Amino acid sequence: APGLIPAMESADGAVRTLPSIGRLSRGPTFGRAHGRFGLSPSGRLLPPAPRSQENADPQRTAFLLRKQWTLYSVTPLYRFSDTHLRDYARLLSAFIAAEKQKGLAVEVGVELDIKVSVSSLPDLKGSDQDQAAILVQLSSRSAASSKNSEEKLIWSGWFCCVSGDDLSENVPEDFTCLPLFLANGGESYTSIVGSWFQKTFDCCFRRLAISPLNLTWMAAMWTGCKVDKTASAMELVFSVPCLPQPLNISYAIHPEDAKALWDTVQKTPGEITQEEVDVFMDCLYSHFHRHFKIHLSATKLVKVSTAIASAHCDGIIKFLQSQYLTGVLMLLTELAISQIQ
Amino acid sequence: MQRRQSSKTPKQPLQIHHKNQTDLSAWRKGGRIDPEKSVQNHQSPTNQKSDSNQDSLEQALSYFEKVQDHVSLKKNNVLQKHLITVESIALQRGLPPEGFDVLLNVALSGKLADTVNTRLLKSLVPASVIPETSVVSSVSWLCVSKCSGNIQLLFLRWLITMFDFIDHKEQLHALYGFFFSFLQDEKMCPYVCHLLYLLTRKESVKPFRIRRLLDLQAKMGMQSHLQALLSLYKLFCPELVTITLPGKMKTYFKNSEGPWKAAINAVRRRNQENSPVLQPLFLGTAQPQSRKRKWNTQLIIPASSTNKNNLEEDREKNRVDLYSMNESFPVEQLQTFSQLLQNIHHLEFPSQMGSVLTNPLLLHYMNCTKDESIYLRLYYWMGQTLQEECTWCVADNNQYEEEFKDFLETVYKTECFLQEGFSSCEEFLYKSLPLWDGFCCRSQILRLVSWIPLSSFSEMKSHLYDPLAQLFFTSSLYFKCSVLESLKELLQNWLNWHVIHLDSESDSQVHSLNTTLSGLVNVVAELIHFVGWISTVALRLENNPTFLLYFILDFYETVCDMYLRYNLPLLIMPPAGVFYPALLSMDSVSLNQLCYIMYRYRTNLVAAKENELSKTKILQFKFSSQTYQEYNQYIIAMVGCLWTSSAFQKDIHPQGLRMDDELLKKTTVQEFKTSFNIVYHPAMMGYAVLFLQQAWPDDTTFNFSLIKGKKWNWYLEYLYAQGLKGLKVFIESSINRVSQASHSKAGNVQV
Repeated sequence: APGLIPAMESADGAVRTLPSIGRLSRGPTFGRAHGRFGLSPSGRLLPPAPRSQENADPQRTAFLLRKQWTLYSVTPLYRFSDTHLRDYARLLSAFIAAEKQKGLAVEVGVELDIKVSVSSLPDLKGSDQDQAAILVQLSSRSAASSKNSEEKLIWSGWFCCVSGDDLSENVPEDFTCLPLFLANGGESYTSIVGSWFQKTFDCCFRRLAISPLNLTWMAAMWTGCKVDKTASAMELVFSVPCLPQPLNISYAIHPEDAKALWDTVQKTPGEITQEEVDVFMDCLYSHFHRHFKIHLSATKLVKVSTAIASAHCDGIIKFLQSQYLTGVLMLLTELAISQIQ
Repeated sequence: MQRRQSSKTPKQPLQIHHKNQTDLSAWRKGGRIDPEKSVQNHQSPTNQKSDSNQDSLEQALSYFEKVQDHVSLKKNNVLQKHLITVESIALQRGLPPEGFDVLLNVALSGKLADTVNTRLLKSLVPASVIPETSVVSSVSWLCVSKCSGNIQLLFLRWLITMFDFIDHKEQLHALYGFFFSFLQDEKMCPYVCHLLYLLTRKESVKPFRIRRLLDLQAKMGMQSHLQALLSLYKLFCPELVTITLPGKMKTYFKNSEGPWKAAINAVRRRNQENSPVLQPLFLGTAQPQSRKRKWNTQLIIPASSTNKNNLEEDREKNRVDLYSMNESFPVEQLQTFSQLLQNIHHLEFPSQMGSVLTNPLLLHYMNCTKDESIYLRLYYWMGQTLQEECTWCVADNNQYEEEFKDFLETVYKTECFLQEGFSSCEEFLYKSLPLWDGFCCRSQILRLVSWIPLSSFSEMKSHLYDPLAQLFFTSSLYFKCSVLESLKELLQNWLNWHVIHLDSESDSQVHSLNTTLSGLVNVVAELIHFVGWISTVALRLENNPTFLLYFILDFYETVCDMYLRYNLPLLIMPPAGVFYPALLSMDSVSLNQLCYIMYRYRTNLVAAKENELSKTKILQFKFSSQTYQEYNQYIIAMVGCLWTSSAFQKDIHPQGLRMDDELLKKTTVQEFKTSFNIVYHPAMMGYAVLFLQQAWPDDTTFNFSLIKGKKWNWYLEYLYAQGLKGLKVFIESSINRVSQASHSKAGNVQV
């Protein structure tokens, strides 16, 4: 016979376990456990009752309402400390002046044309683990040198984290989790401020688009919210793909009708499932089809407006109700986290 | 205190070394972060014209070094010639560092007429840096007042403009008092203020200086330059400067840039254009931002820069301590070994970790640190950049494919350098492979696949194998080979990691993660089974091309040696779909490769068996009996095919060659019994023919049956001499020949 090797059963017939071994790479192992690769969860809890009654003063966040905010996701800030906000403002203002002057020398601490303020917004939190939101405001002084000249707000942006425990629990001490950034004002300022934060805290900004699927979630969630005043109509905007000319379809629904429909769909109060959202949207689609013979399911949902907020798929949001501000931010925080993990 | 630094947001080009490993001496020698200088170094040897320029500049400099007093410009052609040389070269390319000493000495010594001195000062445009020593010596000229007031003023303006180009400033700081004394000169005062403003540190602020400034202010009135200096003093020492200063001031200092700014810019531009070597090496950081894309969507690897704002702040003013660290030393500023020794306890990475990708020094340092936060910072940055820039995941990105390719290439090189994969890269592959067309950035992507980290949880199937298999089956032969090649490298990287890991078992920190050896064995086994499966299918799809078979067997060359070479208790035989096509290949290369592989399997299995029997090690894995059975089945088939001509009778593998004699007779092949051995095997027949021609040159009948007995041995020697080393080691190890002298072929294969 050829050089055969006699076979022999191993003692226990299976591989035994040796002491543990590490991974081939260093790097975070988290992010895998949670909604891997940006998949939406199949169900979400509704945010707890609006916190406005508890401790937050709606006045203090009122200025965030009725403005268009462009959304960004931001990776955790390295060695950011909210005890240095005033220093950050000083450095940032010098940076802005330097950028605007394209390389001319700039002195720190000197009054410049653009005033920068960096402050904390402690009201915007979901849980105690959340870092307080950080507000950055740029205002310009009028050219006159009089001391009490009017300051005009030209740009504002804020970082926030509402119930971002998924992220913050897994990040070492040196990092600060403020995964959602919202900007209002010229993109050139967003770019300067963003660059400064990127350079200073080694973080990454990325535009946060909202997928049509997440827009349907927003439509359903916001429909279910109670609004005191006579609310404006709920409006869904769809764009029809593959046409030579862009064609948008606007679908407006009376908020009470939408609420009534949603109440028949939702089973467990305080919790929403993907299935319920699908059923809700299907009902709206079939109603539309009955009247106009158009299958909205074949189009792309680009915008959702309700009395709570309005959201565009390009990643633009407008908050309309201060009591639901944190609720909306919670969902946006979740989306931002799934983009950075 | 951030002052002029902000005007020079560091935008140094980063050299990307084409080698994956770079020796440390490279950065030590030429590593001064100094774009202009390196530009010059690169360019001068290639450019003949600049060589002749170089000569005439040297002549001019030596002329000015020796020039006698009071040479008239109008009457002296030599002086005219050299002056013009200096001017034209300075404006074209800038002056080398060594030129400043000579020219400043001449211009400030008052030897020559003011027109000449002015022209000389105006042409002092640096190509790279200005040595501090030359500035110090010119300040001494200033103190002895040999030159006129106009020249003094021009020199001060020059110094202010060139401040950032001076290579060191320590000695200059020591001269603070001298500069301060110039304040009393009314004409010089504004410029001296500006200079002091640039030089002032906290320790420069002294009560007597404040008094002197206040006196001056009382004498000269509210002057903006004095206020500037005072406000700076106040910023450093608010307790010493109690006067109120107007808070708002548009400009403190008059524009002192004079005639040089444009020249500096022109020189810089020119030098960048002229550098053929450096230009393609820039990655993002120095490229013109021609792309009209939204903010932050350009692929830029950040320049390695210490956050100067912060550090400056730390040193001079403890109030602002952004990083809450007392002191730190930026790694990229390391120049000498002694610096490294002095600062080894507080080395600091650049403000943006992404910059390490293009800096071998930083990568070396990264390799030695255990700080997990640096990996986390890199993870976030790289993950976001890869997703944002992916040309097939993001719409409208496809026009930037070249850039993305370069980036992937850089990431791959970094992984090779560090000898480990990035988890951000792994996740990117998992996310993007399902969307990949298998064409875009192909070689880069497949190379990155080879660095996918070995992880405890095996999600490989759904995230890697499934999408890869889809592409594999539907793509060209060459794509298939590339995939096999990269999976072989993946396996080798895992195995290497495992070996290194075994060596450093005391390194408990890395071990703490929950991977077990059995986990590792399972993941490796899964990869090997996957490759076995796609190889089987690919061989059928492509009709067993030798080319493909080569890549497959190459993979198994690693697999067959895992136990001995990598100390991994795992051996997996190739599937029948690979083994039999290789065994029956028409090509001797494949057959030889297979022989070598089977020889290595044998060596590994025998070693494992011996280890099992001796029980020297406590934690001992054992191969299942199935592995041995499979090996034995294959070896019977191989010996039948190559030696005993009994493949059809003795092969016991279920997918093997066993055939009934009845069936074989129906093929009407004559002598089917002998149709497979080293003489008749289709891959060997060519050798047999050549052997016959050499052994019996007169015989033209091709009587293969002549090869037997002693001739059989000769034939074997002939085959070995033809380079069939695999066959040699296989026959020598797996075929137990009772006696070399034995004549019976059948007798040769007894155990």
